[in-house]
Amino acid sequence: MPDSRTIIAHQFDDPVQQHESSMLGMWVFLATEIMFFGGLFAGYTVYRVVHPAAFEAASHHLNLVLGALNTGVLLTSSLTMALAVRSAQTGKQRNTVAFLITTMLLGAAFLSIKGLEYYQKYTDHLVPGTSFSFPGPHSHGAEMFFYLYFAMTGLHAIHMIAGIGVVGVIAIQAAQGRFTPAYYTPLEVTGLYWHFVDIIWIFLFPLLYLIGSRV
Amino acid sequence: MNTEPTPLLPREHYLSGQYGVKSWLLTTDHKRIALLYLVSVTLFFFLGGIYAALIRLELLTPYGRFVSDENYNKLFTMHGLVMIFFFLIPSIPAVLGNFFLPLMIGARDLAFPKINLASWYIYVLGGIFTVTAAVTGGVDTGWTFYTPYSSTYSNSAVITMAMGVFITGFSSIFTGLNFIVTTHKMRAPGLTWFRLPLFVWALYGTSLIMVLGTPVLAITLALVGLERIFHVGIFNPAMGGDPLLFQHLFWFYSHPAVYIMILPSMGVVSEVIACFSRKKIFGYKFVAFSSLAIAVLGFLVWGHHMFVSGQSVYAGMVFSILSFAVAIPSAIKVFNWTATLHKGAVIYQTPMLYSLGFIGLFTIGGLTGLFLATLGVDVHVHDTYFVIAHFHYIMVGGAVMGYMSGLHYWWPKITGRLYPESWGRLAALIIFIGFNLTFFPQFVLGYLGMPRRYHTYPPEFQVLNVMSSAGASILGVGYLLPLIYLIWSLRYGPVAGPNPWRATGLEWQTSSPPPTDNFLETPMVADEPYNYEDMDSA
Amino acid sequence: MWRTLPLFPEQASTVAGAVDKLYFFLIAVSAFFACLIFALIACFIVKYRRRPGHERAIPTETHIGLEIAWTGIPLLLTVVMFIWGAKLFFNDYNPPTNAMEIFVVGKQWMWKFQHPEGRAEINELHVPRGQPVKLTMISEDVIHDLFVPAFRVKKDVLPGRYTTVWFEATKTGSYHLFCSQYCGTQHSKMGGWVDVMEPADYARWIDGPGVNEPLAVAGARLFQKFGCAACHLPEGKGQGPSLVGVFGRPVKLTSGATIEANEDYIRETITHPGVRIVAGYPPIMPTFKGLVGEEGMQQLIAYIKSLGKEDGAKNPDEH
Repeated sequence: MPDSRTIIAHQFDDPVQQHESSMLGMWVFLATEIMFFGGLFAGYTVYRVVHPAAFEAASHHLNLVLGALNTGVLLTSSLTMALAVRSAQTGKQRNTVAFLITTMLLGAAFLSIKGLEYYQKYTDHLVPGTSFSFPGPHSHGAEMFFYLYFAMTGLHAIHMIAGIGVVGVIAIQAAQGRFTPAYYTPLEVTGLYWHFVDIIWIFLFPLLYLIGSRV
Repeated sequence: MNTEPTPLLPREHYLSGQYGVKSWLLTTDHKRIALLYLVSVTLFFFLGGIYAALIRLELLTPYGRFVSDENYNKLFTMHGLVMIFFFLIPSIPAVLGNFFLPLMIGARDLAFPKINLASWYIYVLGGIFTVTAAVTGGVDTGWTFYTPYSSTYSNSAVITMAMGVFITGFSSIFTGLNFIVTTHKMRAPGLTWFRLPLFVWALYGTSLIMVLGTPVLAITLALVGLERIFHVGIFNPAMGGDPLLFQHLFWFYSHPAVYIMILPSMGVVSEVIACFSRKKIFGYKFVAFSSLAIAVLGFLVWGHHMFVSGQSVYAGMVFSILSFAVAIPSAIKVFNWTATLHKGAVIYQTPMLYSLGFIGLFTIGGLTGLFLATLGVDVHVHDTYFVIAHFHYIMVGGAVMGYMSGLHYWWPKITGRLYPESWGRLAALIIFIGFNLTFFPQFVLGYLGMPRRYHTYPPEFQVLNVMSSAGASILGVGYLLPLIYLIWSLRYGPVAGPNPWRATGLEWQTSSPPPTDNFLETPMVADEPYNYEDMDSA
Repeated sequence: MWRTLPLFPEQASTVAGAVDKLYFFLIAVSAFFACLIFALIACFIVKYRRRPGHERAIPTETHIGLEIAWTGIPLLLTVVMFIWGAKLFFNDYNPPTNAMEIFVVGKQWMWKFQHPEGRAEINELHVPRGQPVKLTMISEDVIHDLFVPAFRVKKDVLPGRYTTVWFEATKTGSYHLFCSQYCGTQHSKMGGWVDVMEPADYARWIDGPGVNEPLAVAGARLFQKFGCAACHLPEGKGQGPSLVGVFGRPVKLTSGATIEANEDYIRETITHPGVRIVAGYPPIMPTFKGLVGEEGMQQLIAYIKSLGKEDGAKNPDEH
């Protein structure tokens, strides 16, 4: 329920209109993000159809342990984000801030693990370019796989970095008492964004790490 | 038209409220932001026009005397990029849409005013990258950036330019996002969807395309940039990449983009035809749904740019039939506008002249699109001047004339002043004549086989090229006139009053210029749109 | 006057007339609807102009029948246009089986035409009248496009894979050939001529002085030089599959899929042997990327095409 602390921007008539507009705005933005990643998913589809065996072979060179660990980290961060929203809904400011900070830390952990993976690929000569080396008949398609791997996870990482930044800003605002059970819209839309970035990873993980069997 | 006593400018309005550079550069008022856009798109229009003038000058002779091959290639590339991304796409939405969407729905502003301002700054930043690209060697890839020429072979400022387009794309996305949320959530009480002006429907369809299509262009250009920098990529055949993948991704946005460029003009035409025939638009719902149909179908036809690209014959057939389908809603609009004139009370003011011109020229442009959708014929005319003529009929004969129509129609509301009517009519006539002389010969040139993007051409094509260039000089004069008299009218034009055209629509129920918050009181809507019956019996 | 102001291109191929007929149909339909709309508008804006005594519009109600009519009739017309256009298009993709095959290489900023009998040309293509000609084309760099307006044919020329276009010239003469996919600085100068000759003249021309050896013979030499003969022995005796009679036939791959052994497959195998390997054979073929240029590729393809044919080049052992 709206209360006197809720700020209504001047273009809106009432808090409900403001809240619905913000939510719709974020959903539309997420639709644009799907289209943005969509180009890469389209490229991935094309080349996987053309080089199925090479993609499978290349996929097995990805570190499944780190990838799975990262998946767990990101899913947990979505949990903490959802709990942050829930805490704001129930007026628990300290918990809100704590959950937001935890979300940021988990995000940073994700990026660190990713960075480690990237470094491993670099030392294994699996970064596309002049130093790329993939012995065997699948070198051609494998280089394409790794190009897409870096492009897709790289774009995802950029979105994570932006997300951590935004969550940081929201955490500060939460610590300053900006959110009440009547008004926590910025936190809610940030949550939507964070969950979206998580879902993108849920698609990337099987497409990149789980091609074929590793047995 | 106005039989009331001479109107006075309102005491306070959105232009008078605050003064100074900061009040403009940090404004969140959608009307001021619209004017910021007006100035910027006008600058880019004339920049693009200069490129066009140089092109037509060079094409007066078959052998290319004024500029080198390389520079000519840069001229047509920059002409296309500037006109498409910095004029046609933003013009009506960011100028007229920004100004009038909130007014037409009875709102105080758009849903996200700060994002609106951000979108202008992003546009300007993209523009800076573009101008930088132009002065640091230009770009010579064609506005279509086909790989591997753009990703590997071109020795020009491709990355700078790609960044410019990439950045400006976000301006487009933010505008579209703002419009969608505003239309859904901020309509005045009583303003149901089917009471909305058709301009709003047109902007809504446009916004859907802007938000869903532009990101695909963004990622595609980013990939081209990566390929250029790191020499690895998915479009490079040397790496087993497919240059056709680029074409599919590129056209997936760029075809719907042309509907971004034309739908808003169609919206303007609906408003103007209704007002200047004093009748509601015939078949309102059909016109409204056509806007949506064009937006949706527009996403399904991109392969018609690739009939001879080496894509499969079956893909060609699918895209051909869908391309015919997307023509139908446009035809429906043309028929409905024509039917609106029937039994109307037609007034020949400048906005109406431009809108009537739009219908004529868009009809020709649209019909020639059918030629291009027809597979067997497209093989012959693809990548020739036939295509150039086709899209200029739509973009210039259609979109720009729609923009001019809207600009003149709403000029009194925006500025509080009337433009000089005789000059308006004269300019419209000059533009119409100049336009046809410029572009009709190009249909003939195209079927004869003159390819596009040609700096030099066989001498037998010269006469038609000279005709086209002559037309272009007339067209140029036609565009300069409004620049002069519209600016003149700001000081010397007669005061317009709130509703000089006696038009329906909420924007006319407030002062000219409007107050900063648009309405003194939130309007209530109980009426069907375009109720000229009541308006004229009052 | 037509020399200085041509308004219509010549018809010099078997399909030109058909394309023009469809074009005229489209013009007729377009002219009809354009004139209809213009006439109605002109009529309405004059007849219903606002003037003293006619100050107000007469409201008209939506007429669903009219909406259906002007939706349905254009829709039907577009279906006709589609079918007619698709038929012509399909024809473009199906060269006659007796078509004479010529290889084309496009590169910035010239065209190289290679007749299988050995004669090579730059920017000018001689062909006989009345004989279908199939061009198998590839680019050495960026995307180009081969366009002959008088024949009404056009096809993009891509790097990395072959595209084809075919025509049958019906009139002798010289016709413009243009590159019509923007390809860089000298795009507009990357043109030439197609010279259509009487068959007898062409037969004399093709055996003219200074002619190189036939493609297939050159290909046989390359086949030896690069060591292909060592593995690709006939009757499957070698480590690689036999190539006798393989061209144009379906080939089963290790992945289980089947592919037609056409120009593209041969080219891909020579440059990237690991991508699609014939079932039952080990992945040991080395790559010849960078060693075999586009001309060499044409020669090898011509040679492989000739294997197993009665009049083809001889088996390398017998050469």
